[in-house]
Amino acid sequence: MLRLIELVGKTIIRFSEELGRLLILFFAAIKQLIHPPLEVKNTFKQMLEIGVRSLPVVLITAIFTGMVFALQTFTGFKRFGAEALVGTVVALSMTRELGPVLTGLIVAGRAGAAMAAELGTMRVTEQIDALETLATNPVKYLVVPRFIAGLFMLPALAIVADITGIVGGYIVTVGLFETSSIAYWKRTWDYLEVGDIINGLIKAGFFGASISLISSYKGFYTRGGAEGVGKATTGAVVLSSMTILISDYFLSVWLFK
Amino acid sequence: MIEIVNLHKSFGKNHVLRGVNLNVEKGESMVVIGGSGSGKSVLLKHIIGILKPDDGNVRIDGIDITALKENDLYEARKKFGMLFQMAALFDSMTVWENVGFSLLRSKKMIPTKVRSVATEKLRLVGLVGVEDLMPSELSGGMKKRVGLARAIAHEPEILLYDEPTTGLDPIMADAINDLIIEMKQRLQVTSVAITHDMSSAYKIADRIAMLYEGKIVGTGTPEEIKNTQNALIRQFVTGSAVGPITIEGVQYEKSFNRT
Repeated sequence: MLRLIELVGKTIIRFSEELGRLLILFFAAIKQLIHPPLEVKNTFKQMLEIGVRSLPVVLITAIFTGMVFALQTFTGFKRFGAEALVGTVVALSMTRELGPVLTGLIVAGRAGAAMAAELGTMRVTEQIDALETLATNPVKYLVVPRFIAGLFMLPALAIVADITGIVGGYIVTVGLFETSSIAYWKRTWDYLEVGDIINGLIKAGFFGASISLISSYKGFYTRGGAEGVGKATTGAVVLSSMTILISDYFLSVWLFK
Repeated sequence: MIEIVNLHKSFGKNHVLRGVNLNVEKGESMVVIGGSGSGKSVLLKHIIGILKPDDGNVRIDGIDITALKENDLYEARKKFGMLFQMAALFDSMTVWENVGFSLLRSKKMIPTKVRSVATEKLRLVGLVGVEDLMPSELSGGMKKRVGLARAIAHEPEILLYDEPTTGLDPIMADAINDLIIEMKQRLQVTSVAITHDMSSAYKIADRIAMLYEGKIVGTGTPEEIKNTQNALIRQFVTGSAVGPITIEGVQYEKSFNRT
């Protein structure tokens, strides 16, 4: 029993410690963010890394998700004669949920892992210390560009995913099940509101900022050589993904309820 | 001038520095010796303000570096150049971008000018024609030279060396020793080096200080250190596993102890 309490206590302490350090890094990043100059070159590099380089995977994921979603909805809804609503269902789910969440998970796996590994390696090879000795704030130089890139590129990717998913749904509904093309678009536009898209993009922005912050944090505080870098990378992907899935629910309650 | 006063630092339960006192005069070459894990690197990182002490302070030309605000600290670091153990070159940049890093960032010079300064600094450390290589293409000794060129690029007053000869073959190590002496003569810098390589310490030091169990247990010129009566220092500089310094996790049998 005593051991159980000890274990619970230890877990709570470790959790608060991690959260505390994460918040300290967050506030340090915000402080550097509002104090110009901005690291323009590094920011563009990260935008390219997070945004452009993630695009192929996002496109493939979104189109197949849209397609399978339409397929399942069509065959399922047919049972109660509601197959005409497929366009609406695909559009609403893509913009409100699947676009932002799937994009977030892909970027967490791709760019988040890369960030943690890169910063982790820089930490264990003392490159981050070297930055400090060269009178460069590593938070400003390394973390802020990633934070900005995540914040802006995730919504950009999400809107591409939204559109691609809806097109995927169209291909299956109209191409495979040979329903009317006009009816699909009409069903899509009739019930889709601007708020659906905007709120989805707000979520995406939050996910992007979280991925960058968490992955930078994991990399920044890496210890223990190659093994430490491995752990940091795994930790970054797991924690980012969990944060996306859990915060998605609460953000949805707040934005859509 | 560097004054280290009663410096304490713990990491968790590990009390690494337990009241370090050390003065380094202007233009002097100080070498801090001590075993692995004795806190030499930790000490060095306090001098340049990367680590904050739990107690005590470090004064650089009279200014307490441990009390500086973030921005002033970054400003104060321009006085320093540091050579890291594994060189710590930025592996996403070419050699010349590494060397010119601080100059490129201060934006007081156009990039082509920075490049020519980098070339000049590289020549100073004995490297020619490597400007456009990536750090991964360099050998260990070359990396250290580039690291040194980067450390001196902004013409610092104080140079810090973290185990400059570790991981190099004896000839390469001696070449780095010569380079450190040359830096001191040419640039008239104050320097602090940490090492456990005694031949390097004897060669580059004006004075040697030994760090043991978080304190400086003795200082002296290389000659004084060689002839010291202090049993701790004596054991370390002669490189004996037997003596007052025990190796953590290792216990010698009595019979072995007598031999």
